[in-house]
This record gives sequence, C-alpha cells and structure tokens, in this order.
Amino acid sequence: MGKTLVEKILAAHTSEEVAPGKIVWIEIDVRTARDFGGANVVQNLEREFGTGAGSVTDTAKTFFTFDCVAPANNIPYANNQHICRLFAREHGIGMYDVDSGIGSHVVVEEGLARPGTTVVGTDSHLNIMGSIGAFGQGMGDMDIAFVWATGKTWFEVPGSIKLILKGDYSFPCQAKDLTLKVVGEMGASGALGSSVEVYGDVVGGMKLHERITLASMGTEMGAIIVLVPPDALLMEELGELTGVTGGNGILSADADADYTKTIEIDLAGLVPLVSQPGAPHDVAPAADFSDTKVDSIFIGSCTNGRYEDLASVAEMVKGRKVSKGVMAKVTPATRNVYRRCLKEGIVETLFDAGFIVSHSGCGGCASGQLGMTGKSEVQVSTSNRNFKGKQGDGRTFLASPATAAASALLGRIGTADEVL
Amino acid sequence: MTEKPTRLRGRIHLVKDTDGKLIDNIDTDMIYHNAHLAVTDKNEMGQYTFGNLDGYRDFPKRTRPGDLVLVGENFGSGSSRQQAVDCFASLGVTCVLALSFGAIYKRNAINSGFPIVTVREIDTALISDLEEVELELESGRLTKVSSGEPIGDIEPFSSVQLDIYRAGGLFEYARSR
Repeated sequence: MGKTLVEKILAAHTSEEVAPGKIVWIEIDVRTARDFGGANVVQNLEREFGTGAGSVTDTAKTFFTFDCVAPANNIPYANNQHICRLFAREHGIGMYDVDSGIGSHVVVEEGLARPGTTVVGTDSHLNIMGSIGAFGQGMGDMDIAFVWATGKTWFEVPGSIKLILKGDYSFPCQAKDLTLKVVGEMGASGALGSSVEVYGDVVGGMKLHERITLASMGTEMGAIIVLVPPDALLMEELGELTGVTGGNGILSADADADYTKTIEIDLAGLVPLVSQPGAPHDVAPAADFSDTKVDSIFIGSCTNGRYEDLASVAEMVKGRKVSKGVMAKVTPATRNVYRRCLKEGIVETLFDAGFIVSHSGCGGCASGQLGMTGKSEVQVSTSNRNFKGKQGDGRTFLASPATAAASALLGRIGTADEVL
Repeated sequence: MTEKPTRLRGRIHLVKDTDGKLIDNIDTDMIYHNAHLAVTDKNEMGQYTFGNLDGYRDFPKRTRPGDLVLVGENFGSGSSRQQAVDCFASLGVTCVLALSFGAIYKRNAINSGFPIVTVREIDTALISDLEEVELELESGRLTKVSSGEPIGDIEPFSSVQLDIYRAGGLFEYARSR
C-alpha cells in the first residue's frame, strides 16, 4: 500500500511504522512559541526541568515568534513577552521579536520550514505549512514545552482526503474566493481530523501566497492540515524568497495511496464570496450583500498578508480614495513583506488612498494589535476567522483582498469589477 | 517509580441511557461541569465526576478504586479542561473505555498517563453493570472474570501511550529518558 503525503512526511520523521489511526513519535524540525502561550511554555519548562541550562534540547531549532500583540499594548502581554525574551537570552534561543511579523510566515521566509519538514508552535494556524508541503501543527503550551525539552511529540496519523478542484477562476476572483468556496462546501467539520491533499489543474498555477491562503483555512473546516503538493514552480519561488535551495524538494503521494474519500469541487462560475459574520463556513456571494454598509476594512493576517495580496489592493485603489467614513487598515504579514511594499511604492499608494498601514504582525486578527470593532460595526476582513467576539463586538465578513478593497472604495460590500 | 500495571482487573460501569444503549457525545461539561473549574487539587475533583450527566450524578458514590468505565461514541468532546480526565483518576478509576474519544480529550488523557482505550467492538449483553472484567492494555484483550470469555475487541495501547503511561505522564516521560 502506498503512502499519502502526510504519511510520507511523518514517516520521514519517525522510526515507527506510519498508518492512519496509529500514534507515533515524530521528530520536530522547527519548534516555536509565540507571545500567546510563550510565557506558559517557559513556566512549564522551568517547573518541570528547572531554570538552568539544558531544559531546551536543541536551541538552534527553537524560536520565539512574537506576532499577536506587537509591540505589547497591555501589561500582561508586555510581561509575558519579556519572560520569553529573558529566557531566550539565557538559553540562546532564536528570537523573532515584535518587529518580525507573523511567525508562521517568518519561518518560511527564513528557510527554516522547508517542504517535507515538521513544525509545531502555539499558533492554531501553524498548519499553514501545508502551503509548502510541510507538516505544521498548533498545540497547547504543555505539549510545546515537551517538544522544546525533547525535540519530539506524538501524533495520531490522520487519514487523508483527496480534494480535486475542477476548473479555474479569474478576475474578479482571487485565491481567497476559491478558499471560501472550499470551506463553504466542506463545512466547519467536513475535514475533521483529516489531512486534505489538494489536486487539480488550478493548483499547478498557484503561487506561494495563493497556496498560503488556501492552506490557512484548513482549521476552519476541521482539518489537521491542508497539503498543497509542492511543484517546480513553488520550489523556484521559495528559492528566490529564502535563498535556500535543495532540501527535501518536491514531494508527492504514492499513486496507490489510500484516501478515506475523494471530494470534487467545481470552480466553474466562481464569483467573489464572503463568509457571513460568526461562521467562516457560512459562505455566500459578496453581491448578495451590496446593500450592506461597511464601517471598517482589514487587509492582512496569515491568510492574506503577503506582498501580492497588498499589491493587488494597491493596484485597485491607486489614485482613488477610501469612501468617507470607512476606516481601512492594512498589516503586512512580515517585515520582509513590509520592506518590499515600501520599496515598490505600495505603502505610499495605500497611504494616499486613505489606508492606515501598520507594521507587520497578525494585525486586526489578534487581540487588538490594530484596533477592534465596536458593537454593530460592520467590518470586511481578509482574515480567516470571524467568530463572535474575535475581532471585537462588531460583525465581520471574511473576503478576498480585492473584495475588501472594492468595499473600502464603495463604502458598502462590493466586488472588484464594480470599481474598474 | 512504581511499576504501572498493564493488566487491569475491576468492576466495569456501563454508562447507558434509559433504553440500555451506551451514551454517546458525553461532553466535558457533563463529565466535569465548568462550575468547578477553579478546583486544582486532583483529590477534590472526583466528587464532581458526571455531576451534569442525567442518571449518573451519584456516580462518585457508586465508584470505588479499581473500577473501569465504559461509554459510547465521541466521549469528552468540547473544551480542553484537564479536570475531565483527572476526575476519574481522582476516584481511582483505572481506565475509561469508549467507542471513540474527542481529539483533545484523547491528547489530554494520553499526556497525563491516564489509561483510555478505544473499543472496536463490544457485546454489552454479555456483561452486567459492575461485573468484574479484566483488560490487558498491551493486547487489547477484554474478558469476563467469572467465565474468562472474551467480551470485546479493544484497540491495544500504542507504544507511545504505553511509554507515557509507564512513566506516569508526559513530563515524567521526558525526565526518565
């Protein structure tokens, strides 16, 4: 019997036999904790293994990545971040501090997470690693402390779903619309406990930022991970981005691998979509909400904070103004993305159109780095979650960067073809 | 470190509804209600076990150390509270057998070294409530003590689960290596 992609990656990190449902020890290549949960990881390590050196097994593979509240705007976060900093200094652990950006993106840009590697951290969207064909998983602070101490953890090998995307999409749709279509069709628990492998002609043309968008919403359909098989195009793009080439390279599942089910989703007739407030899987055409007035816009997050996402917005708003009364915010995913946007004039274009451009990080998606919504405030956000209360008391629609930009210009929910 | 038994013998509680079917979807609020989340002493947790599960509020009184517990599908769905695992250990329950477990519950139980096993197949007609059974964790063999006859097919402990169980918990396992 052949192996699925997740089985192959896990098998390369254990001496045990890998099969769906089996629990196996897995070596972890990249071990992170962010400012959310990081201080608890330190506390667990110090309680269980003492405060001296040696509680972290391989400091070169271990990193703090601060992205939630960057820089800290409240005392508890400031205290927790500094607990981590002091621990990092004492133990010689890598530190991506509040200037770095979203940890899950930073480890890709730095060439730490590579196709075929294993990555864990305290971020529930760390399964975004599926975008480069790596295995990533968010875990609690006790589990992460154990990984830091031992370099390994256990996983129950997930069963795999084969997802075949039929057809293609084009303007005014973006990868986010494809992603929302998939989440809507699968439902909140449609991929529960599974690894989803994505196939179809459309996948071959997808660039890293598009793969990131798709993989980033696996959590919203209950998946352990959404794996987009790496190809030559992706390897080339990663090489340019990170300066690191080689490594495990292109991985693919065996032809006779066993899938729990195969699901086909047809992209024909795809239109710009939104997730309705409260439920990422509650998906409907954006055009159905053209009467809905918008108070604020957020463009960024681990789902849509890449250079290409921001560039697509800049292209739409160049020489125009955000609608009066709309607060529009942009957060580049990482410092690297921010620098490129600065150099290419994208920050200036967005600024001139009336956007607030913040430093890099999780932005509007995490505890108020870039403000929160008030009661009855309507926000269009490019992030991946819109649960009640997550981004404030208001109502958050999830959409693509193009739909968010159009809505910013129109002052109501609208699509990119309306502002051509 | 005391040797942890891999052969468990004790009375088994059959957690059934009024129709005599094993109860499915017992969530963490039914197992250990959120009213008692502030309790941090494991010894005090036992008294609240199943405190929010109809028909089982007297479970702590009817339970004695060494007992096993059999439940239905998706046991422990819901929140990540560790007390929902610890409350059984607090009562001296040696193992929870379920048709399936919620994912977080499973992770919490294994990490804390508390024995849980998944039941592939069981004929509950062959046993009565509180009947004495024997479970071998490494082979998954479940038998009736009175007759020695097998009553179900249990998924054996994985090597990982056995490692952590023998050490007494995830961190104990890390220190023992």
